[in-house]
Amino acid sequence: MNPRMMLATTVRVLEQLRHDHRSVALILVVPALLLAVVYFLFENETLPPGAPRTFDRVGLTMLAIFPFVVMFLVTSVTMLRERTSGTLERLLTTPLHKADLLFGYAAAFSIMAALQSIVATAVAYWIFGLEIQGAAGLVVMIAVLNGVLGVALGLLCSAFARTEFQAVQFMPVVVVPQILLCGLFVAREQMNGFLEAVSDVLPLTFSVDALQEIAANADATTALWQDAGIMAAFVVGVLVLASLTLRRQTS
Amino acid sequence: MSHAADNSAVPRGGDAAPAPAASAAVEAVALHVSRGRTRILRGVDFTIKRGRVTGLLGPSGSGKTTLMRTIVGVQRITGGSLRVLGRPAGERSLRHDVGYVTQAPSVYGDLSVDANVRYFGAMHGATAADTAEAIAAVGLGPFAGQKTADLSGGQSSRVSLACALVAHPQLLLLDEPTVGLDPVLRAELWQRFAAMAEAGTTLLVSGHVMEEASHCSSLLLLRDGLLLAQLTPGELAERGRSSDLERAFLRIIEEGTAGPDPGPAAQRGAPR
Repeated sequence: MNPRMMLATTVRVLEQLRHDHRSVALILVVPALLLAVVYFLFENETLPPGAPRTFDRVGLTMLAIFPFVVMFLVTSVTMLRERTSGTLERLLTTPLHKADLLFGYAAAFSIMAALQSIVATAVAYWIFGLEIQGAAGLVVMIAVLNGVLGVALGLLCSAFARTEFQAVQFMPVVVVPQILLCGLFVAREQMNGFLEAVSDVLPLTFSVDALQEIAANADATTALWQDAGIMAAFVVGVLVLASLTLRRQTS
Repeated sequence: MSHAADNSAVPRGGDAAPAPAASAAVEAVALHVSRGRTRILRGVDFTIKRGRVTGLLGPSGSGKTTLMRTIVGVQRITGGSLRVLGRPAGERSLRHDVGYVTQAPSVYGDLSVDANVRYFGAMHGATAADTAEAIAAVGLGPFAGQKTADLSGGQSSRVSLACALVAHPQLLLLDEPTVGLDPVLRAELWQRFAAMAEAGTTLLVSGHVMEEASHCSSLLLLRDGLLLAQLTPGELAERGRSSDLERAFLRIIEEGTAGPDPGPAAQRGAPR
């Protein structure tokens, strides 16, 4: 690892994004708009007195899912471009270490994930009156972890795609099952044994679990830190796998 | 000799190579390279001298690009040996010393010229002055702030060249660097290559524009993965019985039509 090369990579990726105003706008604004849709979807629900609104549960989970999905897509397409344009092969002929490249990418997109989730969380709290016990900062932290997870999976999946079209097709394969099984639609305890077992090992499950911990407790709990730790371990593991797909030599 | 993991401290252009190899930048002995099941290079021997411009000529599909990729170290060798700057090809420490400019410009279209050169320079600890110098060297000074994708084809291939120059490599490999350039720019580039060689850089330039062969001090003629000959432009004219290098080259290529596989011993034989 060389901090100078990693930082140069982070700056370069952010600079590429900066030229792409439309993408930046989409990254920052779309989650807030979708939150509004979720809010108005449940606007007229009738609740027994004292019961929490559905928005408080679904909206909160959405805060974690946005950065995951968006960063997965952005990263896999950007990395695929890097592979097809020849810049990746060129970079690998320089002293750049693979980890500098991957962590440089991860750092750049986690900055974007942080900005995105700050905007979305602010909108959820201040405009739609999201009510949970825990601190908003913890929600943002989990959202950023999810964003980094999306980056790591995107870097890995880009190795298995030849075109941008294929890269996008990985979303239904990698992302959608995690959303279905994370506990957003059906509580995990109510799933059949097989699906529950699968959901037990999917990384997104841990973030939903963590968010529920934040929602139910005013202070950070041990379970929350455990979930966050497991997600961080997933991220590192996937990044290591991704680095194995970067080969300096072709045979 | 094993090199320290971090060679950023080693001065560029330093003579890290052992004395016997000091005169040879690249030394190939019975070099075989296959990609998948296809045999691309089938037993090639040659030596590239330091501080010279060497031309790599041959019809398309003859293995020029594969040979360059092998010297850079991104293509695995299947047989024989290849030493680059006195070290085995692909060795880690060579990444500081060998520059490679691919045929298609490999730069970031969505970045400015300056940002591209700065980024690749960062891998070699280049300063802002190095970046500006490399951009000026390819005549893109006035375009430094422009997005690379907005430039013409010839301009973006010069951005790609600048991204290699910024590292001050000891050995620079250029895959058809003058394709798509107008005659004035082409002449300027060749002047620059000559000046770089003068200053001690070794250059290997591939191409099939024969008028450019005259700028090289040595030529490698490649055909079907075999080395037809290594000679000077003068010898090429003589052997091809024409002062027009294009014609001389064609004649040698045609007469050099060997059997399907003459074996490693035969490929050096000069065609009569």
